[in-house]
Amino acid sequence: MSIAVYIAVMAGVTYIIRMLPFTFFRKKIKSRFIRSFLHYIPYAVLSAMTIPAIFYSTNSVITAVAGTVTALVLAYFDLPLIVVALSASAAAFITGLIERSL
Amino acid sequence: MLRRSDFAKKAKKRKIKLRSDFTKGISHGIPIALGYLSVSFGFGIAAVRSGISPLAASVISLTNLTSAGQAAGIDIIAACGTLLGMILVQLTINIRYSLMALSLSQNLSPKFTTGHRLLASYGITDEIFAVCSAQKEPLTPLYMYGMIFIAALGWVTGTALGAKMGQILPQNISDAMGIVLYGMFIAIIIPPSRKEKSVLCVVAAAAAMSVVFKYLLTQVSGGFAIIICAIAAAALGAVFFPVKEDEAE
Repeated sequence: MSIAVYIAVMAGVTYIIRMLPFTFFRKKIKSRFIRSFLHYIPYAVLSAMTIPAIFYSTNSVITAVAGTVTALVLAYFDLPLIVVALSASAAAFITGLIERSL
Repeated sequence: MLRRSDFAKKAKKRKIKLRSDFTKGISHGIPIALGYLSVSFGFGIAAVRSGISPLAASVISLTNLTSAGQAAGIDIIAACGTLLGMILVQLTINIRYSLMALSLSQNLSPKFTTGHRLLASYGITDEIFAVCSAQKEPLTPLYMYGMIFIAALGWVTGTALGAKMGQILPQNISDAMGIVLYGMFIAIIIPPSRKEKSVLCVVAAAAAMSVVFKYLLTQVSGGFAIIICAIAAAALGAVFFPVKEDEAE
């Protein structure tokens, strides 16, 4: 089978999943339960995606923990997204250098 | 005369407002683009290893704009799998975008006509959803286009670079870049968890369940586990901490 067919099917399915609810859902939801549910869903999704995957994101649990702790502390003090994200990465990088020199 | 200059002033103001929405989207999307650059670099390398050309890999990234779905997709292509298998795998891994799209649909500006919705839904990814849902004011099409543009640019560029020149980046740099997106997620969930006990409980419940799936219920695939954890934790939050009337707007 041609790779173009695979790509078209992949892209089509992925697009429809995103498009249907986004385009055709127009009403403000009345149910208090569903509104509460949708209020919490972003935090729940991100939390489930981050823990425990973050500890395996750098090929070394030690550097990943250093990056995670850095991100938690900076986020606690409400620093901008990019500062938190890049500092986590820098902390993991520096920890990796120290780890290798030991 | 007065009226005309008033009109001109208004038009000018509107133009500035429009442009600033787009540039605001771009600037909010820069961390996403940087994270994507590193993640998709890895995807590019993996795609070439599966026998997919750099051009095809870049087209996959441009048309799909999703990490886990693409990674599973190239496995199926490499194994010459069936199209039905491809459809089922993409549905399972990517169905979470439906929840995200539904959540975002509740906070759109009236400027979001059907055409804009059809276009912008292309760019609903985990990260774009995360940043968009953290916005207080209703989302405008231009804001989302700015963010999607810069994020997709990073995603496709990273794929092409990874596919073309694989191992050029030193290992310790690409390792450290692996944490960028997760760092961004933490920056999104921690501040509201600090302010609202309800959000903290939902975040903790989702993380705890996710750990259980990772180490104990390993037969459930990663994408599916995230959906189950997120739905269960958000439902718990909705039962125990229902939002007040104005809060969920």
